[in-house]
Amino acid sequence: MTERVSEQSGQTVIGGATLLDLLRRQQGEVVGLGLILAVVVLLFGLTTPRFLTIGTFQSITFQLPVLGILTLAMLMPILSGGFNLAVTFTANMAGLVMAWVLQSQGGPDAGVFAFVLAVLAALATGAAAGWVMGIIIAYTGAHPILVSLSMMIFLRGLGEFLTRGGDVSGFPDFVGSIGHGTVLSIPAPMLIFIGCVIIWRILLTRTQLGFTTYMVGSNLVATEYSGINTKRTLTLIYTLSGVMCAIAGIVMLTRFNSVRVGHGEAFLLITVLACFLGGVDPFGGFGRVVPVLLALIILQVISSGLNLLGASQHLATALWGGFLIAVMVTRWLLWFLRGGKRDS
Amino acid sequence: MKLDLPHTTEGWLLLVVVAMVALLGLSTDTFFTLTNFFDLLNSSAVNVIFAVGLLVVLIAGGIDISFAVAASVVQYLVAITVMSIGGGNWVVGLALAAIFGFGLGAINASLIYYFRIISIVVTIATFNLFFGLLMFFTRGVSIYNLPDWWLDRIVLYEIETPSGYAEITLPVVVMIVMVIATWLLIRRLTIGRQLYAMGDNTDGARRIGVNLAGMHFLAYGWLGLCAGLAGVMQAHRAQEVVPNALIGQELDVLAAVVLGGARLGGGRGSVFGALLGVALVTITQNGLNLLGVSPFAFRMIAGAVILVAITLSSGQGRSLLGLLSLRTKRA
Amino acid sequence: MQSKQPILQLTHVSKVFGGSRALRDVAFELTRGEVHCIAGENGSGKSTLIKIITGVYTPEPGAEIVFEGRRFDSLTPVTARQLGVQVIWQDLALFPEMTVAENIAFEMNLSRRPRWVRYDTMRAQAQETLQRLGFALDLDKPLRDLTIAQRQIVAICRALVAEAKIVFMDEPTASLTQTETTALMDVVRRLSEQDIAVVFVSHRLAEVLEISERVTVLRDGLRVGVFPTGEMTQTRLTELMTGKTINHEVRAQDRSDAPVVLEVRGLSRDAEYEDVSFEIRRGEILGITGLLGAGRTELASTLFGLTQPDSGAIRLDGRALALRSNQQAIEAGIAYVSEDRLALGLIQRQAIADNIAITVLDELEERLRLLSGKRKSNLVQDWISRLSIKVDKAEDAVSTLSGGNQQRVVLAKWLATNPKVLILDSPTVGVDVGARAGIFEIVRGLAESGMAILMISDEIPETYYNADRILHMRGGRIVGSYAPVAADIADIELAVNA
Repeated sequence: MTERVSEQSGQTVIGGATLLDLLRRQQGEVVGLGLILAVVVLLFGLTTPRFLTIGTFQSITFQLPVLGILTLAMLMPILSGGFNLAVTFTANMAGLVMAWVLQSQGGPDAGVFAFVLAVLAALATGAAAGWVMGIIIAYTGAHPILVSLSMMIFLRGLGEFLTRGGDVSGFPDFVGSIGHGTVLSIPAPMLIFIGCVIIWRILLTRTQLGFTTYMVGSNLVATEYSGINTKRTLTLIYTLSGVMCAIAGIVMLTRFNSVRVGHGEAFLLITVLACFLGGVDPFGGFGRVVPVLLALIILQVISSGLNLLGASQHLATALWGGFLIAVMVTRWLLWFLRGGKRDS
Repeated sequence: MKLDLPHTTEGWLLLVVVAMVALLGLSTDTFFTLTNFFDLLNSSAVNVIFAVGLLVVLIAGGIDISFAVAASVVQYLVAITVMSIGGGNWVVGLALAAIFGFGLGAINASLIYYFRIISIVVTIATFNLFFGLLMFFTRGVSIYNLPDWWLDRIVLYEIETPSGYAEITLPVVVMIVMVIATWLLIRRLTIGRQLYAMGDNTDGARRIGVNLAGMHFLAYGWLGLCAGLAGVMQAHRAQEVVPNALIGQELDVLAAVVLGGARLGGGRGSVFGALLGVALVTITQNGLNLLGVSPFAFRMIAGAVILVAITLSSGQGRSLLGLLSLRTKRA
Repeated sequence: MQSKQPILQLTHVSKVFGGSRALRDVAFELTRGEVHCIAGENGSGKSTLIKIITGVYTPEPGAEIVFEGRRFDSLTPVTARQLGVQVIWQDLALFPEMTVAENIAFEMNLSRRPRWVRYDTMRAQAQETLQRLGFALDLDKPLRDLTIAQRQIVAICRALVAEAKIVFMDEPTASLTQTETTALMDVVRRLSEQDIAVVFVSHRLAEVLEISERVTVLRDGLRVGVFPTGEMTQTRLTELMTGKTINHEVRAQDRSDAPVVLEVRGLSRDAEYEDVSFEIRRGEILGITGLLGAGRTELASTLFGLTQPDSGAIRLDGRALALRSNQQAIEAGIAYVSEDRLALGLIQRQAIADNIAITVLDELEERLRLLSGKRKSNLVQDWISRLSIKVDKAEDAVSTLSGGNQQRVVLAKWLATNPKVLILDSPTVGVDVGARAGIFEIVRGLAESGMAILMISDEIPETYYNADRILHMRGGRIVGSYAPVAADIADIELAVNA
């Protein structure tokens, strides 16, 4: 075993310090994605003069937050070697709870206190959904894909049952103005998203929970042997993921001024796509917030740019898929050029 | 008294399904009718065809999210092709569906095998790629004027019962054919055993001389083929081709197949288990319907059932059950 | 011996990997039915040689391979298999979900064109092969329900089904208990009787000498020589492999004046160990030896809080401990170096630095409970230099290190917790013979500084030359106690292997 390692490292020496080596380093992902982003922006800028305007910037910053926050909710479970397929419907459920609290407090006449109460209830709902998944995953060892998948089916059913498939609306005016308002011409949802990104980055790079998330993602048992309470770690990861979903649900409520179960359903696979695009290891253990953020911006720029060109949103969806394939193939090529072998 | 509890996931599932059937038979007078039974078969045919296809991929150690979208793509491709050649017939239609489906599966297989990208990444990418292109090129427009042979209901067996006509339609036949074919493939053919080997221990399979490239094309191609046929059958049942009719099914089918004992990671799974998995979900919904429960509650209860089943059938949950069965045996 | 004809002869075999020469003009010869051993440290070219013989690697031009009189420049995996070369890999490459019969006769499923599976024929063939070796296994059991030793038999049977003439065994005894190893040795003899040549690649010198007729020693890609094992000793073989002379001397001291640190009284746990009592004093190294499966690792698991005893008491510095988790054990000052470094000891894919820091995250926190990168890198650099870990960058994955350096990382990670008691479970597994001395040097230094050390090992010389006292464990009980100063190593070996 060890001999093979030494033989391999013997091979990697050949290349020396090249661009490939640079790309291999931690910052490589950021540099690569930054370059792609620059190219995409440039292409759209050259194609249509309307692209490089404040309007485009605002449209991107209005649309990015919901997908972005849901992606953050997906990121942590993936880093821990799992998945959370229930992100979208957890967000819906949290939105529903928020809506009910607002309605029970007077609907359109609800005050700021009611709003705060509603937000807390929504966060608690998200946390509860995540906590249940976390407990099941941590204590039964059931596969996270399955646990979160069945939680997703359950929440979707629960939501549809409770709303009979309809919309819930009728909130105070200031709720809508949060969703559409701007601070210093930056949309409020974007500010919330930036806040979430900062919190997540600090959480993952500077806290014990973040540290152990990566370790659990690489080897759960060895982490436990090192004296880490991995059950607690897993439960916390999914609980926090649920809280992040709730934030997405709150932003969605303020954006659309209504809640509907199934809103944002199509985002589910896009969040996974964004994580992978951002260089997150599908098996867990590796991946960072900043590259994922860059990946999200690239996806949104493609979508908004095509929209400006008059192409349909669906072409953007197709491009996203093709883009992920292209990036993965490029990564494979880089690995192959470094002398990677099929049988190692 | 000695109680012999089942050791396998399939065994447990069978027990649960039988119990549910018995319960529903006792509590409703419509459940145990031939009409209801045949209705169940007709309505679950498409999902069963998906399920056996997905089972093959799971056994081979992969996962596929793109198959339901692939089925929609095949619907369009077949519809356009047969209309451009002036109508066609069932033979042409099914053959085209199989070919197109296999082709889409082969795209997944090549990306997974040649570029060493893990299956979930590839199929999430192709899910978006296929769906985006489909919606883009069709502009979301449905096709209603399908050829007559495609739309005409084909009843292969019919019997009059006190509760109305009980019919077996074409999708059921295709379902039965695909179930048997899949069983033959994975249980009775040597290449099927190689598929299990690859899912069970990829490295070991390679070292013993299993052709991994071929196995990838077989697994994802088979699912593609099943998806293609399921797509054509779904359009036959719905009498139209709607681009986003099947999207979202993939995760429900995945849940049912895994419930039936197929393991994420490969090497384990059976056709019987997959059938039971689909049956459990279908019968739950059918039973709730017959019991007069609101249709909005179906998915919630089905989700809860799956959640509980998965919790109990995995790891510590299983050992909990094992303990239970041991205690009962001693008693 | 002379009547035996050569079945395989290799001459002038070289292999270059990106500038570094893994093999240099090596020759290798094997006779029909011979039991041969290839010995060498990691990086000596052992596995490269095997991969050339099995057709995985192509040797540099000029090599000559003669198999039963037929000459080849190189082999492919397919021709090697057709010629009857079979490898039993360390991980066995079996299929856990399949039945014993299908695992043994899987070769039948490998037709180019799809055929019907012949389960009956497979069963019959599996049965016949098992009988040929004189074993009985339930053919319909899934492989995952078998013990490692039984699985090994299945792997050997599979090689026989493929009509093997040469069987390579890669570290076959690494995960076996002593009784299982003895059984395996028996199988090897039966293979040899059937004129099948067996080539061992093994770290464990004792069994190498016991079972094989000749040993080929490799060092740094060169062949040191071929030696009949009849006149070979463990020490001589070690010297040939490492190129260094190793001095063995007893280091034991009497520590009975020092205060007791860890005291275990009447500890029992159902089906694992029974009525175990001992104490370790300040600065003392207590060795526990015995066959694998004697309950040693199970005992260690309890001391580390991973399992709870049914009865008995553990006292640390005179205070009773009731550990419910390993977190409590670590807090109390107990550290445990697991025997399974790959799966339990380290997180192989993660950075060396993270692997060291993981046990002391609390100490790395600064204001707002945020982890301090500076504190972390100080800690890591400190341990890397204190234990002389050969590291390129602390951010590299642990898996890039050699076995010896990995073990140093494990030690660093536990020493960082400043333990009072250090439990070492088979501390030299997967560590090169030449690198072992360095590990023991560290351990002795720790004892000198006052740590109480419990060293578990099935390699009796290891405990004999390094521990102050040795306990012998068998069937979950302590059955003997020795002081290396007073006892002869041969007596201990006799008692343990009896």
